[in-house]
Amino acid sequence: MGANGPSLPDRARNGRLAVYAIAAAIGLILAFAPFLFGDVRSQQVAARICVFIVLVASYDLLIGYTGIVSFAHTMFFGLGAYGAAIALKQWGPGWSAVLVGGGAGIVAAAALAALIGVLSLRVKAIFFAMVTLAAASVMLVLASQLSAITNGEDGLVYVAPKLLTPATILFTGADGKAAKWFGVRMDGKIAAYYFVFLTCLVLFAALYRIIRSPLGAVLEAVRENEIRAEAIGYRVVAYRTAVFVIAAVIAACAGVVWAVWLRYTGPETTLSFAIMIDILLMVVIGGMGTMTGAVIGVTVMSLAQFYLKDLMGAAAEATAAIPVLPQLLNPDRWLFWLGILFILLVYFFPAGVAGTLMKKGTH
Amino acid sequence: MAAPSLETKDLTIRFGGHVAVNSVSCAFRPGELTAIVGPNGAGKTTWFNLVSGQLAPTSGAIFKDGRNITRLPASTRAGVGIGRAFQLTNLFPRLSVLENVRLAVQARAGDGWRPWRSVGAFPHLEKKAMAHLATVRLEDAAHVPAAALSHGDQRKLEVALLAAMDPDIFMFDEPTAGMSVDEAPVILDLIGAIKADRSKTVLLVEHKMSVVRALADRIVVLNNGELVADGAPENVMALPIVREIYLGVADAAP
Repeated sequence: MGANGPSLPDRARNGRLAVYAIAAAIGLILAFAPFLFGDVRSQQVAARICVFIVLVASYDLLIGYTGIVSFAHTMFFGLGAYGAAIALKQWGPGWSAVLVGGGAGIVAAAALAALIGVLSLRVKAIFFAMVTLAAASVMLVLASQLSAITNGEDGLVYVAPKLLTPATILFTGADGKAAKWFGVRMDGKIAAYYFVFLTCLVLFAALYRIIRSPLGAVLEAVRENEIRAEAIGYRVVAYRTAVFVIAAVIAACAGVVWAVWLRYTGPETTLSFAIMIDILLMVVIGGMGTMTGAVIGVTVMSLAQFYLKDLMGAAAEATAAIPVLPQLLNPDRWLFWLGILFILLVYFFPAGVAGTLMKKGTH
Repeated sequence: MAAPSLETKDLTIRFGGHVAVNSVSCAFRPGELTAIVGPNGAGKTTWFNLVSGQLAPTSGAIFKDGRNITRLPASTRAGVGIGRAFQLTNLFPRLSVLENVRLAVQARAGDGWRPWRSVGAFPHLEKKAMAHLATVRLEDAAHVPAAALSHGDQRKLEVALLAAMDPDIFMFDEPTAGMSVDEAPVILDLIGAIKADRSKTVLLVEHKMSVVRALADRIVVLNNGELVADGAPENVMALPIVREIYLGVADAAP
């Protein structure tokens, strides 16, 4: 212990504890979200946070752990989503449609990732990024143009498997309708949320295992020093390709879950570059190379995207008597404040929230 | 005499019009420590890069135990027993000292492709890594990021990484460069111990003539990319060309 408060290792340990505590709190809230928040919108936000944690964590496996910059993550997300969506649309609701269609999407994502990886992970990082950008653009155009299968810009609307529809009764209550537990009806809606939550939990746990494994150690070695990693015996191209495929498969799985939850799949919800930018921002806010950071980054950003407008509306009303301020806080200017929030986050947490808190010493 | 463990035949690399290594043919045997000397820019490090696979030759061939390895990538060459330490420290800067060495041990054990079990499930790898750290007296710094080490300690870690690869061919590129007088013996003792294990082939690029005299069984002299002398230290050191190359440079170090 130094005279100026906790010593550096202590501070790093406290920071790590703080990050795990925040992530655990978010996890607990997500686990009980239907019981904590009754309204539909909150459940939509909670489900989006679950799916995006997986999506962002799998992207962090690439950019944060291995040092691969890709702009094609939404492409893999979209392949999974469209796989499930097309099958559900064509065959009608059913788990076989989700499994076969989603499975086909996941296999397609893996194959495409392997192809892109083998063909272009040898080249310089900037060229690889450009290749992924091109591939993602092509996929976006294909989804819009192949209207016969994808219904173009309008996207696909379909029905989820029967278990997850609101009419399903999980537990019958005294009145013959779905039983109420702690004020929440045990119907298909809650089944749908827990389908999302548990699948995402398994996927996130899988990612967490990978980064703690010998393979994860090699990925960090590749990021830190490619030439030395090769010199001590690791085939860098093979590891890069493998991790690109793994991340693509996980993103595609998240896409399947998202498609089943939304009961709608279109370019705007899966493939658009706006989502790719969201993913990038979430990784940066959470902290690159910290899987726990994904949890924090996604939560901060999703809450801001969904609730900043409401908050500003309330603030504008509260400050109605004061000049200028209500105009500044007008909900129409929410993007302005979101931008300020980003600047502040990047300024105070240069390595992301989790990255900065866990870093040994000060920045 | 034992069969050569490493051999280069007419090994050549050109960078545009510049011939950095010119038709170098040379064989090395287990139990032998060969010092590779020559002025700056003679092609010593480039020749190392060709052997360990960081560079691909323009022409010529490289054999490990008689097997042609000329076209193999660096990672596969490490797998067949060619180990290399670098002249400019070349570590994993943000990973801990222990993790640096553990990665080399893990590569040797072939455990890099295990995605499901925790690193903690392989305690023998960590134990081995700690033993290698102890050899270079870095065990107390095990949990410090490599980038936080002093220059001398980074050089020691560099050598520990090579030792952890447990290769048949050890290639040291000025292992004690920039080290203080009291730090260098740790490295030199380690090289001496490797040499004492008669099964290993050791190549050592070194400028300090005192080190060369103390350790080398044989000296190979490179100049302008060409092999100009090869033989027992006392014979090579007496050659006019060597005296000429080292005139004014020779034995600057104590």
